[in-house]
Amino acid sequence: MKKLFSLSATAVIFLIAGLAHGMTADEIVEKSNRAAYYMEKDGSARVAMRITDSRGRERNRNFTILRRDQPGPNPEDDTYCRNQKYYVYFHLPADVNKMVFMVWKHVDREDDRWLYLPALDLVKRIAATEKRTSFVGSDFFYEDVSGRNITDDSHVLEKADPTYYVLMNTPKDKGLVEFSRYRTWIHKTTFLTVKVEYFDKQGEKYREYEALKVDTVQGIPTVTRSRMKDLTAGSETTLTYSQVKYAIGLPETIFTERYLRRPPSQFIR
Amino acid sequence: MHRKKMPYFRAGIIAVALLCCFRPAAAQEAPALPSGLDRRTAPPALPEGLGETPADNSAQETSGPALSLPFSLTGFLDVRGGTRLQSDRYEKTESLGETRLQSEVSFRLKKVGVKLTGDLIYDPVLDRPALRLGRGEGWFDLREAHLFFTLFRFMDIKAGRQIMTWGTGDLLFINDLFPKDWNSFFIGRDVEYLKAPCDALRISLYFDLANIDLYFAPEFDPDRYLDGRQLSYWNTGESRRAGRDRVIRPRRPSGWFDDWEGGCRIFKNIGGYELAGYAYAGFWKSPAGSGKNTGKPMFPDLRVYGASFRGRFFNGIGTIEFGYYDSGEDRHGDDPLVRNSEMRLLIGYERELRRDFTAGLQYYLEHMRRHNHYRKTLPAGAYPRDRNRQVVTLRLTQLLYSQNLTLGLFLYWSPSDSDLYARPNIQYKISDDLAVEAGGNIFSGRHDHTFFGQFEKNTNLYVSVRKYFSLP
Repeated sequence: MKKLFSLSATAVIFLIAGLAHGMTADEIVEKSNRAAYYMEKDGSARVAMRITDSRGRERNRNFTILRRDQPGPNPEDDTYCRNQKYYVYFHLPADVNKMVFMVWKHVDREDDRWLYLPALDLVKRIAATEKRTSFVGSDFFYEDVSGRNITDDSHVLEKADPTYYVLMNTPKDKGLVEFSRYRTWIHKTTFLTVKVEYFDKQGEKYREYEALKVDTVQGIPTVTRSRMKDLTAGSETTLTYSQVKYAIGLPETIFTERYLRRPPSQFIR
Repeated sequence: MHRKKMPYFRAGIIAVALLCCFRPAAAQEAPALPSGLDRRTAPPALPEGLGETPADNSAQETSGPALSLPFSLTGFLDVRGGTRLQSDRYEKTESLGETRLQSEVSFRLKKVGVKLTGDLIYDPVLDRPALRLGRGEGWFDLREAHLFFTLFRFMDIKAGRQIMTWGTGDLLFINDLFPKDWNSFFIGRDVEYLKAPCDALRISLYFDLANIDLYFAPEFDPDRYLDGRQLSYWNTGESRRAGRDRVIRPRRPSGWFDDWEGGCRIFKNIGGYELAGYAYAGFWKSPAGSGKNTGKPMFPDLRVYGASFRGRFFNGIGTIEFGYYDSGEDRHGDDPLVRNSEMRLLIGYERELRRDFTAGLQYYLEHMRRHNHYRKTLPAGAYPRDRNRQVVTLRLTQLLYSQNLTLGLFLYWSPSDSDLYARPNIQYKISDDLAVEAGGNIFSGRHDHTFFGQFEKNTNLYVSVRKYFSLP
């Protein structure tokens, strides 16, 4: 009996391994990008962010994030990883309460970003287009939250073990980024990125991402807790996602000035 | 959660079982490889929820806010003090000394949102003015008290006391004719106090073709203008500096529905490029004339028509705004007591030069119409205004220490008036709810009668501590 199970297990492993060898690094990255940033066509979540500095002092941010993917020219074509719109409504800390940050993420050019300051009723256009700057003072960059363009790096499959694809990613334009390369561990079944190690120009590891918890929401494996460590500064940031929902039917008009000034209460809890 | 490694055969059982049930093998996977591989690529342990028993998503629902109140309350306690750097014979040495407790309550009554914001103020520096909610004077400043709701799918309404802002300028305003509090701005209150509230009905209409914003204030809401009580100014009538000895008390248009003001904005965002057209009917927002017989300062009629553009430009944000100020009581420019019509233009560019360091540059022009008529009728001895008043502004912002420390400088420099106004500022967030700030308002000018030059004696430094709170 035991032997039979071992046989079937071996068969399954070979099947998976066979599939693995059939996939190129770019295909893996494409699937991983979709699993991390393009679940369904839209979604919402409440995010608790905890930033801990090297001396153990904590700062907390609490916000609701809404995402909507722009449909491609051919709606039947499911291979897209295209432009997206993000709407981030801040609950805490109190000094940013009711502030809204909106991004129109463009894959082929710089993003458009707006900030709404309720005390001034001001819709401010943000000049900062740098994608690798800290998102609201945390160890996560804008690009970590909304996704890095997969064509900005070249990807090499270093290894495929039974659990992970291990990829080395090298930027095509080294001048634009602070890292020289980064290694990703992509979970084979779900294509979720479980770990990322970033190396600086001297080849030292200085930044590390880890997925800490995965929940299956509406059948979609979703990272609901993750951590970014800045090994140089000694700080780390943990993101905890709750109330994750997909396919909520977000209208595109949510991502306009109207809803910056009047947040859509039905989507913001 | 405790994690344990599963031997392969168990994974096989589960995989086969799943295949037999024709269900995709979602969260089940072979475990991490045993240790002993080279360290650099040692496989990370699987996160909770991967490779174990099927993930339980019921936990998703439990992590919302623990406390649920029918309203939200946020606010801060702000203690702020400032001092003049030189003696000013018309004003106190202390430029600012106040404690503010701001509370903001918002809640919903079915489909109607309600927002109330008010500041309780203790101010030993200002001579105790009586409580006047309409002017923001006294121990309480009601900043917001309004209802908002969606009347039709394409129409939002906001009614009551509210702060409104539109236009593209950075601390320069052409088509934004909502009331400003210049006293607050020049003595070092937080920049949010530059915008004074307006009692108005605002109707916003959203169509595919374009969006329309309309507002109507049944009673004129002037700026909280510079009246001499807090800042000394150039008194043109007496051709000298003045302050608390010559407090400006203009005749204020205050008839309900007679002295109304209103405006509209038509706007559209085309692929990230924002276009807008504006119109305003009302009065000059700060005194811009004096009565023919009384000589009393007043707010002459004003209409404004303008347009603006804002969008990406050379890795930054570019803006252009234009406005025509139609001074209805002096169309021909030959009444020396009323400000002439003007063309106003603003061109701006802002860009992040390096990580967390942003620079912004603006050019601003006020072009007086019928300048020759103005010159001809100007009383002898009065300092004439130039035909073109030009101002260049520079904004530099540097964020440091995980964006908790902000170093800022905003500079106004007028080559035509030969004066400048600098606003250096440093702010540090000690924690999520505690911030300290210091800054200055530095005025300098070759002449005493130019716009920024007249405030030279008001040059001040200020410090503040602010503690935020919120419920729930």
